[in-house]
Amino acid sequence: MGGQDAGQVPREGHDFALWEKRVDALMVLCSSKGYFTVDGLRRVLEDMGEESFETMTYYERWISSINQNMVEAGAYSLEELGTKMAEITARGETYGEASGG
Amino acid sequence: MPHDHHDHSHDELSPSGHPYRQDNDEPLTYWQTMEIAMRELLIEKEITTAAEITARIEEMDRRSPADGAAVIARAWVDPEYKAHLLADGSAACKAMGFEPGVLRLIAVENTADVHNVVVCTLCSCYPRNLLGLPPDWYKTRAYRSRVVKEPRKVLAEFGLDLPDGMTVRVHDSTADMRYVVLPARPEGTEGMSEAELAQLITRDSMIGTGVPKTPT
Amino acid sequence: MAEALSSWVRVREMMPPGHVRTPSYLRGKRGQLERTLGPFHNPEKLAYGLEAEKLSLYRVRFSMAEVWGDAAENPDDTLDAEIYAHWLEPCDAP
Repeated sequence: MGGQDAGQVPREGHDFALWEKRVDALMVLCSSKGYFTVDGLRRVLEDMGEESFETMTYYERWISSINQNMVEAGAYSLEELGTKMAEITARGETYGEASGG
Repeated sequence: MPHDHHDHSHDELSPSGHPYRQDNDEPLTYWQTMEIAMRELLIEKEITTAAEITARIEEMDRRSPADGAAVIARAWVDPEYKAHLLADGSAACKAMGFEPGVLRLIAVENTADVHNVVVCTLCSCYPRNLLGLPPDWYKTRAYRSRVVKEPRKVLAEFGLDLPDGMTVRVHDSTADMRYVVLPARPEGTEGMSEAELAQLITRDSMIGTGVPKTPT
Repeated sequence: MAEALSSWVRVREMMPPGHVRTPSYLRGKRGQLERTLGPFHNPEKLAYGLEAEKLSLYRVRFSMAEVWGDAAENPDDTLDAEIYAHWLEPCDAP
C-alpha cells in the first residue's frame, strides 16, 4: 500500500459503537490467551484483498479475520458458528435486540 | 431485505463532535451477528467471560491522548526523564503508570532540524496503549499510501508547512515497535507547569501530523 | 538511544505470496542500520500458527531518494522501517 497514489486523507472520525469495541476486546483477549497472534489477524486481513477496503468497515474486516483465526485454532466449529448465527438472527432486527443489550 | 429504516441520528454530532455511528437501535448486520455469535460461543466454552470482555473495553476506554501528553510534558520539564524516554520508551511510560503492553515503544524526538511522523503502511499499528485507539484517518488507505512518499504534502494538508531546511523522518511501524513523537516544546512556555504544558500536547502532535498548541 | 548509523544493507527483492512484514516499496532498496532490536519471533511463521524461531529485527533508515528516485518529494528526507534479518543482505554504500 505504501507509495500508491491516493486522494486527500479523509479527516472525519466517529465514536466507536459498542459492537466495534467488543470486536477490539475479543481480538486482545483471544490473542492474549494464545489462540493466534496479531500476525494471524493481519494475514487474513491481507488475504481478503484490497477490495474489502471498499466494501467493509474496519471492524467488519477485523471480526471476519478473528473468526477465521479462531476457527483455524479449533476454538469452535463452523457448524457451531452457523447454528449460533441463525439463532441470533431470529432474536430480533436490531443489534440491541439480538445481542441482549 | 429492504428496511424502511430510520436514519435519525446521522446529522447529529456526539458529545465528542463526531457523527453517531450505527449502534444498538440499527438493523443487525451480518458482521454484527458474527460478533455476537463468537462472543457467546467463547463464553459458553469458558474461553472468556462477559465480565472479562467488559473489563477489557473499559480498560481501552480509559486510555487516551491525555496519557501520552502527560509523558511528553514530563519529558519537557525533566531532562533525566526525557533521556529515559528516548532510551527506552516502554519503561519510561511504565514509570509514569501507563502500562505499555507487550509491544515496545520508541520515542522519536522533534528538534529545530528534524520533524518525525508515524505511519503503519501494512496495517494500522499505533501506540494504542499510550494514546488510545487510533483516529480513523490513521487507518485510511490515503494516509498509509501517501505519507511515506509525499509526507510534506500530507502534512501541509494537516496544516503543517515545514521549511525546506528541516528533515522529515517518516517512521513506518512495520513490525514489533510502536512509535510516539516527542514534539519540540513550544517557545514562550517557560514557567508553565507540567499540567499546563500537557494541555498543549495534542494527539496529532504525538503522531507527527501536528505540533503542540502555542500558549495563549 | 539510537546508535549512530552503521552498515549498509539491501532489502531482498523476493516477492513470495502470503504474510510478510517487509513493505513492497522497500524491496531492493539500500539503507543503513539505525539500531538493532529484538530478537522477535518470525511473523511469517506466527501468521500461520506455526512454531516460530526468533530473528533479529533491525531498524533501517532509507533516504527518500533511494526509495522513490526522481519522484522523491525531498531526496534528503528519510524513511525508517523495521526489517527482519532474513530480509536483509549486506551491500556497499551507494
